[in-house]
Amino acid sequence: MDLIVETFFNLDVLREMYPFLLDGLWMTLQLCIVIVPCGIVAGLCVAILFSFRFRPLSWLVIVYVDFFRSFPPLVLLIFIYYGLPFVGVDIPDFAAVVLALTLNTSSYYGEIFRAGIESIPRGQWEAARSTGLGFLQTMRYVIVPQAARNVAPDLTSNTLEVIKVTSLASVVAMPELLRLARVAQGLTYNPTPLIAAAAIYFVLLWPLVRLLSRMERRMIAGR
Amino acid sequence: MDKKSPILDVQGLRKSFGGLEVLKGIDLAVHPQELVFIIGPSGSGKSTLLRCCNRLEEATSGSIWVDGVDVLSRSTDINRLRQRIGMVFQSFNLYPHMTALGNVTLALRKVLKLKRDEADRRGRAALDDVGLRDKVDAYPYQLSGGQQQRVAIARALALEPKIMLFDEPTSALDPELVGGVLNVMRAMRKSGMTMVVVSHEMRFAREAADRVIFMDQGEIVEEGRPAEIFGNAKHQRTRTFLQNVLAG
Amino acid sequence: MDQIVANFFDLEVMARYLPDILSGFVLTIYLAVAIVLFGLALGLALAVVRAFQIRPLNWLIVFFVDLFRALPPLVIMIIFYFALPYVGVELGGFVAAWLALGFVLAAFAEEIYWAGILSVDKGQWEAARSTGLPFFRTLRSVVLPQALRLTIPPLTNRTIAITKGTALASVVAVPEILSQATAAQAFAANTSPLTMGAIAYLILFAPLVTLSRWIETRFAWRR
Repeated sequence: MDLIVETFFNLDVLREMYPFLLDGLWMTLQLCIVIVPCGIVAGLCVAILFSFRFRPLSWLVIVYVDFFRSFPPLVLLIFIYYGLPFVGVDIPDFAAVVLALTLNTSSYYGEIFRAGIESIPRGQWEAARSTGLGFLQTMRYVIVPQAARNVAPDLTSNTLEVIKVTSLASVVAMPELLRLARVAQGLTYNPTPLIAAAAIYFVLLWPLVRLLSRMERRMIAGR
Repeated sequence: MDKKSPILDVQGLRKSFGGLEVLKGIDLAVHPQELVFIIGPSGSGKSTLLRCCNRLEEATSGSIWVDGVDVLSRSTDINRLRQRIGMVFQSFNLYPHMTALGNVTLALRKVLKLKRDEADRRGRAALDDVGLRDKVDAYPYQLSGGQQQRVAIARALALEPKIMLFDEPTSALDPELVGGVLNVMRAMRKSGMTMVVVSHEMRFAREAADRVIFMDQGEIVEEGRPAEIFGNAKHQRTRTFLQNVLAG
Repeated sequence: MDQIVANFFDLEVMARYLPDILSGFVLTIYLAVAIVLFGLALGLALAVVRAFQIRPLNWLIVFFVDLFRALPPLVIMIIFYFALPYVGVELGGFVAAWLALGFVLAAFAEEIYWAGILSVDKGQWEAARSTGLPFFRTLRSVVLPQALRLTIPPLTNRTIAITKGTALASVVAVPEILSQATAAQAFAANTSPLTMGAIAYLILFAPLVTLSRWIETRFAWRR
């Protein structure tokens, strides 16, 4: 028992390394703050392009979405991170991570919004258009507000996934929470920083998971 | 505008869905302040005719003019034209995320670009006209079907349209709620609104319509004053239809 | 343009490393199948146990589910691989990846199965019990068959998303597609092996993503 406490919950190690972890947390939060809105906006664009119901465009959107859904985000990240410099495109690490994870998540957000838009009955379109509202106005004032409510659980769920997926940035040495926890583990020969990082993720995301469970349950009850 | 020239003028209108022709050359003129009733069996093309008039469906051929504007022309600003054509749907199609007032004022603010208080003033007046002064802040789910349909009417009325199209406005209502909606329509008629109504409310047609049109299989079979159609139809098809409806 | 071809589609390099990528491909499939079998079975078992509504057990299950939904899979994998050896538990990369992703899938699957069970009408329970069927029999023969049908679309999506995580195993030294590709890329100083790896993932997952789209429309249609 002592061994376990000393190995995984070593307070001395924690005291020494917590500034490190806080730096990592801050970087993780920065990644989230940029990627989540980018992904949502890109996803909305994807869904709106689809809803024009212009065949070739819809196909293109489906190919885009399925392509990035078929790709493990880590593969995409490594491809962009190590691949682009080979062709002389040198973008900062932060931008590479943001680009890869936004491409990946925009396909999921796009799919969620598309399903949401399609869940709104045709009559809503017709009523709005019959009073003279244009396509984008109908989208903005009538369809999207209703769709947003329908897809709230899926949106929350995907946002949770985005936050988790930022941990992949550790693989390309981006100094976020997981990366710095591993560095700290290496420095102290003790896995407590890893456990601490896990605890931070859990504290950060557990409320979202609970909220999600609630929302999903309510959706079922509402049927 | 000249009293005699029609507000709605449809000529040679044809509409096909794939290989199926649902409108086979419709001619129809509706004059100011007229209430035209369209009856006929389901699948006769009544609803499609209405929906072509504000281009919710694209006509295959023919011409449609509303208030002197060519509806089918590519150069027509359809969104502007649609303000002048009010439409009421069978299933109300109220926006569930907005209050009654929000439903009524959305187009006033976003299409007519009115300021919020001006839009609210006009929206309240329209809701007052349909007898829902005390329901301005209610959401659709808090209203009965009849009240919802009256909000939908107010939503169209607030834009001060030249003509109102009703697509089976009472078919989705419980019988005891029909009266309220018909009363609103009666009042609109009294105030001089031009109306085209697709409906099965034969009693209302007999009492309020200026003209009744019987459609079957994509054609206008016959038309005339209510007394003629209901009392003394010329075509066997019309008589059979009316017997079936009135017996049921 | 030439530069892009030389760096991303060098056929000579591709041919040289094709066997490596292929062996990674096979290993990825092994790992994926192991994860899916373990995760879906454990998830179902947990959902069935939860149906018995035994308080302390329920709490444990909810904690397990919340924990593995909140933690990034990479964090879990890294703890299994890098932290457990400190207390003498050496799992090896394959087992660490398998267990980590298996637990994550089990957590998500439990939640989906449980939602499915809840969504079956109470009348079904009452009807079956009134004919004398015992609790477990009712669950197995009446409720689960109806519940499982509902769970197929979300479960397919989730399973695909999580099996894509096999790419994470490259971090814990499992020689699957991505780690073969990055190793080859480093040797050859050329990005073509990464392109090959990316194509390998597309071959593996694009059909699955298309399948999930088909399943979704088909099941949505029937409702």
